[in-house]
Amino acid sequence: MRTVYRGIWFGASLVLLLAGWEAVCRLFAIPPFILPPPSAVLLAVWDLREQLFGLHLWATLREVLMGLAASIVFGIALALAMNLSRTVERLVYPYIVISQTIPIIALSPVFILWFGYELSGKIAVTILFTFFPIVVSTYDGLRAADPEMVNLLRTMGATRWQIFAKLQLPASLPHFFSGLKVAATYSVGGATIGEWLGASEGLGYFGRRASGNFQAPALFASVLLLSVLGMLLFWLAGTIERRFAPHTRTNTPKQMKSQ
Amino acid sequence: MAVREKLAFAGVRFSYGEKAILDGFQLTVGRGELVSLIGPSGIGKSTLFQLAAGLLQPQDGEIRLDGEPAARRLGQVAYMPQRDLLMPWRTVVENAALPLEIQGMPRKEAQARVRQELPRFGLGGWADAYPAQLSGGMRQRVSFLRALMTGSDLLLLDEPFSALDGITRMEMQEWLLAMWQQTGSTMLLITHDIDEAILLADRIVVLLGSPISRPVELAVPVPRPRSLSSRSHPAFQALREQIWELLRQSTAAQPVGRYA
Repeated sequence: MRTVYRGIWFGASLVLLLAGWEAVCRLFAIPPFILPPPSAVLLAVWDLREQLFGLHLWATLREVLMGLAASIVFGIALALAMNLSRTVERLVYPYIVISQTIPIIALSPVFILWFGYELSGKIAVTILFTFFPIVVSTYDGLRAADPEMVNLLRTMGATRWQIFAKLQLPASLPHFFSGLKVAATYSVGGATIGEWLGASEGLGYFGRRASGNFQAPALFASVLLLSVLGMLLFWLAGTIERRFAPHTRTNTPKQMKSQ
Repeated sequence: MAVREKLAFAGVRFSYGEKAILDGFQLTVGRGELVSLIGPSGIGKSTLFQLAAGLLQPQDGEIRLDGEPAARRLGQVAYMPQRDLLMPWRTVVENAALPLEIQGMPRKEAQARVRQELPRFGLGGWADAYPAQLSGGMRQRVSFLRALMTGSDLLLLDEPFSALDGITRMEMQEWLLAMWQQTGSTMLLITHDIDEAILLADRIVVLLGSPISRPVELAVPVPRPRSLSSRSHPAFQALREQIWELLRQSTAAQPVGRYA
């Protein structure tokens, strides 16, 4: 019931925002190449639907999904390696922490230089954006297991593998998923910047071209689709989390009888 | 004695760096005995348990299980920690089945065995509930069941009821007495509650001194079966006074101590 109320409130505020935006554009006669009214943006989405949905959305989605998938695979692998070997951890972890402070956008042209203007370059930039949140959150999650719980398992005669499989891995899932949610939203930004730096397709390329031609409604249309894409990926990560880390759920099973 | 002895510390020395906790420590617990350990906080009760469970090794002397020197005790002694330490992502059944899984029993079989035990632990309808849905007393019963599922007949209970409210705690004390009588297990109980120590135990070991070497051992002459009304028994009250006096003397010697 609460979520229904929240939904109603959000819907109302959204309608209010769009109506206000539309009214401001019309009342003050703002030129559409500065700020197009929402109606013009939606119209642009409709007019350009074949280009946007037929070509550019798919191009960006492919970069995002491939980059994100690669980050998940390599990120988890590196986190596991650091968890398994103190040597790897000591060698690698400081650089992961330092790398968090480097402005990733500044590094993006370097990655394009190395990996080219093809698909591989965009995937590389997307990995650059999404790798660190996944490594850091997964590794922190693996280390987050309660040391008293580790000792309890040891008193039961657990092997190192059992401690990992029965305690560390499940305990790390909520951390991993919060990292994944961050990475899912970053991935869209990464792909967009990859496309800005040189591409022939994709929503980032499309938006930049529209901006150069002062086609504000088309630019806003691409921004809208990129935002929706980010939200969908975030929602997807949350859905997978609820499926695989059910203890973060707060609702109670129904079939409970009292003693 | 060799047959009846369940757990023995013989001349055990243990220190954390410069700070000696135990030196020449002697303690023998008989099979089926319920022994309470009491002493000021920080004196090393938890260290004693970690040694008994095999998480720590003595620097000198030996620890025996069933009369045999036991160098590797991990997996042989059941331990019930102060916090219930239930895994929030496992249901009641899955939590209690953990020691069986670790011993290599297939998951289904382990859970089936746990399910049979649940009614006896007052957890009948709660098999598939998550720990967050249970009361404090129920969580401690799951934790106790998990300790029993290790199959070990030596149980180390580390202040198991200290986090519970007064009424629940009294219920759990009576329940623990009943479980002890049913299972015939040997139990070692750390507590900072003198009444709890007397109510439950055959024998009370008062840990004093730094390092601890020869603890004061007191038999509890209160007749069994005991219940909460045993507290008014004259022997109960005399023993309570005696333990208070011992602890008072020790804190007088070490002004920074707190009764624990």
